[in-house]
Amino acid sequence: MEQALNPLSIAHQHVRFADGMVLDCGARLPSLEVAYRTYGALNGERSNAVLVCHALTGDQYVAEPHPLTGRPGWWDAVVGPGRPIDTDRFFVICANVLGGCMGSTGPRSVRDDADGDGAALWGTAFPPVTIGDMVRAQQRLMTHLGIHRLFAVVGGSMGGMQALQWAASYPDRVFAVVPVAAAAYHSAQNIAFHEVGRQAIFADPDWQGGRYWQTGRVPARGLAVARMAAHITYLSEQALTRKFGRRQRGVENSAAPNGRDAGRDESAGLGMFDEIFEVESYLRHQGSTFVRRFDANSYLTITRAMDYFDLAQDHDGDLASAFRNARTRFCLVSFSSDWLFPTAESRAVARALNRAGANVSFVEIESDKGHDAFLLDEPGFHRTLAGFLAGCAEHAGLA
Amino acid sequence: MNAPLRGDVRHVAKNMRVDLRLIADMIAPGARVLDIGCGDGTLIAHLFHTKGCDARGIEIDMAEVTRAIAFGLPVMHGDADTDLAHYAADAFDYVVLSRTLQAVEKPHEVLRQMLRISARAVISFPNFGHWLVRWQLLATGRMPMTPTWDKPWYATPNIHPCTIRDFFALCEAEGYVVERWLAADEAGRRSPWRRSPWLANLFGEQGLFLLRRR
Repeated sequence: MEQALNPLSIAHQHVRFADGMVLDCGARLPSLEVAYRTYGALNGERSNAVLVCHALTGDQYVAEPHPLTGRPGWWDAVVGPGRPIDTDRFFVICANVLGGCMGSTGPRSVRDDADGDGAALWGTAFPPVTIGDMVRAQQRLMTHLGIHRLFAVVGGSMGGMQALQWAASYPDRVFAVVPVAAAAYHSAQNIAFHEVGRQAIFADPDWQGGRYWQTGRVPARGLAVARMAAHITYLSEQALTRKFGRRQRGVENSAAPNGRDAGRDESAGLGMFDEIFEVESYLRHQGSTFVRRFDANSYLTITRAMDYFDLAQDHDGDLASAFRNARTRFCLVSFSSDWLFPTAESRAVARALNRAGANVSFVEIESDKGHDAFLLDEPGFHRTLAGFLAGCAEHAGLA
Repeated sequence: MNAPLRGDVRHVAKNMRVDLRLIADMIAPGARVLDIGCGDGTLIAHLFHTKGCDARGIEIDMAEVTRAIAFGLPVMHGDADTDLAHYAADAFDYVVLSRTLQAVEKPHEVLRQMLRISARAVISFPNFGHWLVRWQLLATGRMPMTPTWDKPWYATPNIHPCTIRDFFALCEAEGYVVERWLAADEAGRRSPWRRSPWLANLFGEQGLFLLRRR
């Protein structure tokens, strides 16, 4: 498995808040850096800003090639000129989350509190952050950019959690929110999957108790296994069957009896536990490419932030009271085959918003692509998003 | 993306079903409205654009929901039988249930919820007391098939047919005040029998009621 590039060597556009930030856990970050990208132009009234929130392993490179991988932006189909989030019309901002590893303050930042020596990194000493902390950091960025009220906050998965948190924390600073494939809390099953990923990282000897930067090695195996396990939860059984079925590598007709022996090139040296099935090869590829762009300690920090997320708990167990008297317009979108953030979770949020008297649109898009559908080509979703934003623009008086 | 939206909505409103116009006539400007079974949102678009209403919709057909939201209309997927319970009391000034009452599982419970979450309810339903329906049942002994009741008994979604007089009786029993009512033909044109429930029940193809709590 390849070692990660040193992402510290890449300069990300960012803003530094020298006064730091107090976190939900009570700890204080002595300074705060927020890395971000913007697309399109802010209008004279500063009223056309759309904040896009990224998911667990996403980053701020939403609509341009990624500086590490060179791959297109993760929401290229959604953000851009003439796209559902139209950069000809909206000023789009995407920030790397607090705790992330693409330039915002996180476990890979230099530790600058009293216990730091000015050289070592935070690592696992980085304080636990919450979705609320991430949103507070974004809110600092908005103030810095001179944007008092966002036209919209849009995000999928953990990005959808942030969108909901925006509506709950800053109802007067956001006109519309679009939580996609999200939920108001992280379920026990989802926490369980995260725990498997974290244990895989802990079990990698290269993790070194979180101080792997001292050895110059990264816990690539552990992080790759975490990614592989997580990736399964992003897909669906139908999607896996459609894409891979039981097909085996290097076998023309794997449905044939003894196809393994008949078709395989033995010189390739595939042993009993090498990549036999295509789905294994796919997962291994997902794992190995992931470790090139992501930091293991960041993965630990951000998965924990998701696990802590429970918007109702912050409001005495009543989700509706999180949105009481909200004038924000909501559009909730779920996908029929998503079992990580199933439709029932979005419906529960929609019903809580109804109890709160909020203006809410809610639709389940038919798709067999699982949770990942929000990142993929789903015309129904894209039409919904474009139409919702256009309707909101009319209500907001955006020309 | 904004320009076609306005045009499309206007186009939809122009071609709106006539009975939806009758319903819209019953709703005061600027009101908060929930349209249950709103389809592609024609009525809520009309209420927003012509009366400045805060109009929202619930629709059970996901394709219609997608179409409505893509038009920029606030519509959520939901079911009259199960979702009304999740709205706060008096959240709306009007709740509309157009040609859906006969298809819900518990019509009296849906009505109860409507008049809990809203001060007024506008309800339209096909009238099973129409003379043609009565005649067909009497003459053939088979379930009636008319332009309004156009599906055989085993395939119809209309599991709770009622007559205009049945509906008056239900309002009486539940303590709802009938503020306005009228009978209309299938196309939604007003029938001239609106002074007499007996005649309306015989000649009206659909009933349209504006109710409020006592």
